[in-house]
Amino acid sequence: MTNSYNAMELMICVASRDLEDGATLAVGTGAPCAAAMLAQRLNSPNLSILFEAGSVNPQLPEMPISVGDSRAGYKSVMVSTLGAIMETCQRGYVDYAFLGGAQIDMYGNLNSTFIGGTHQKPKVRFPGSGGANDFGSFCWKMMVLTVQDARRFVEKCEFITTPGWLHGGNSRYEAGLPEGTGPYKVFTNMAVMDFEPESRRMRVISINPGYSLKDVQENCGFELLKASKITETQPPTDVELKILREEVDPHHYIIGR
Amino acid sequence: MNIQAMTEEENITMNIIKKGRGELFTDPDPDHARAFFQKKSRKMVNKVMTLTKAIETFVHDGDYLALGGFGANRSPIAACHEIVRQGRKNMGFAGHTSTHDFQILCAGEVFDRVDVGYIVGLEARGLSPCARRYMQSGKVKVTEWTNYSLSARLRAAAMGVPFIPTRNLLGTDTFEYSASMIIECPYTGKKLALQPALYPDVAIIHVHESDVYGNVRVRGILKSDNDLAHAAKRVIVTCERLITNEEIRRNPTETTFPYFLVDAVCEVPYGAYPGTMAYEYFSDEEHLREWLKVEEDPIAFRDFLQRNIYDCKDHHEYINRNGGMEKMLQLRTIEHLLHKEGKT
Repeated sequence: MTNSYNAMELMICVASRDLEDGATLAVGTGAPCAAAMLAQRLNSPNLSILFEAGSVNPQLPEMPISVGDSRAGYKSVMVSTLGAIMETCQRGYVDYAFLGGAQIDMYGNLNSTFIGGTHQKPKVRFPGSGGANDFGSFCWKMMVLTVQDARRFVEKCEFITTPGWLHGGNSRYEAGLPEGTGPYKVFTNMAVMDFEPESRRMRVISINPGYSLKDVQENCGFELLKASKITETQPPTDVELKILREEVDPHHYIIGR
Repeated sequence: MNIQAMTEEENITMNIIKKGRGELFTDPDPDHARAFFQKKSRKMVNKVMTLTKAIETFVHDGDYLALGGFGANRSPIAACHEIVRQGRKNMGFAGHTSTHDFQILCAGEVFDRVDVGYIVGLEARGLSPCARRYMQSGKVKVTEWTNYSLSARLRAAAMGVPFIPTRNLLGTDTFEYSASMIIECPYTGKKLALQPALYPDVAIIHVHESDVYGNVRVRGILKSDNDLAHAAKRVIVTCERLITNEEIRRNPTETTFPYFLVDAVCEVPYGAYPGTMAYEYFSDEEHLREWLKVEEDPIAFRDFLQRNIYDCKDHHEYINRNGGMEKMLQLRTIEHLLHKEGKT
């Protein structure tokens, strides 16, 4: 199995490395939760997870199906309310939020509301904000983990459900969102991106093994900026893969997708 | 637009910067709510009744409905079935972390207007084809919010004030399609989004334990259910089990909310099935997958609803048609992770 891994495993392993010990993290179910669990088992045993349904710092025995289920609350230090979790974020206690969406644009804005048609009669209706707008507004650093695909990476979201850097520049803070918050990194199967500090446009900083900058650009619906020095992403290590497969997601619910 | 307040020396104004275009489906006026609460009985009397009777009495066509629980966790599923069985229509609904409950209410086309926090999906399980069809049909009026917005709106109502200011929604289309307003803070000049009080006509909350008067105990995550019980005009409690008032008074620290908020108490064991009830039973993932699968074919789904809702007398019959006590014991085993200790 050495050096053999799929796209999902790669994304989870790479994303997990950014979650430093002692940080607080608001997370949903799925791949971001797997990244957090992996980080806790490797470099960041003191990474605290918060779930919007109310649980604080659980010791997840296995992957939750819902952020409100018994697994998500397992051996937590406290079970509270949705308001208490969101207000902890609003007060500035939460470092990271991990989000996804049907569309992401060049400023890291996310759409999880609808695509096509009108708001009243949409072609495809999605869940809406859930807690995403709240986390994306309040947490210090917003991260996104998603597959690189030109239909997903669009020049302009049809609907901005969750704020990224809005229209670039200083527009996020001009809208009144808390100073110092905003999109931080985007992890895909092909690359790692951040946001250029002036324009706030998405910028490639690292390319995953087996892909080229051309691949990344061809699977993106807008022109990506390029960091002055683009590195090659470290592939998953044997230890990361072993823990991910055997402890974090033994039934391969996420990494089997 | 200015809200003006005169003082002796000067004309002080509070600046409203922007208004969402969404419709506000409920009345945020705290004095209207106070007038209702003034007349509501506070008598500590036996409120135990069947779920059928409670839905007949307290849930009406056109009412605005809100449910307790988070997603398919501690959601009042038995009550959702009963509402569909009784054919309620034209309701308003708070789609606040609403998953399997939303799916059921869509199947009955129970509501025609919805405040959206989270709808249509079942978290990691995927999206409901039935809920999607209904929400894409154009039959439902939609106002967008977020999960926190809806929690804050219930909090404002529970506090008895007309709104709470927050720092979400700003800069997004979620705001544009909400009924929020953005104001300039009179103390700091910062932009704040207002979350108008949400007083539902009726709330249904599934809990672990209640006495016959409606003194309630919930274990595990609470979502917004304490605020919901305080905000709603009428409250139906469904409980896993009834306990004595003596037991409530023995340890009042464990009481989640008190009797005078509650209109009906219904003992409905496994009332959150096929969802999870913390410390009691885990979700029936196989059956939830069956729902999602059968919804793809509207004809097969009609038969499925007939079998699982319309032809069932009550929740017990639904459970018996889907594995009965044997299934419930399996779900208890999974909930307590007893399979990890060797139980099969």
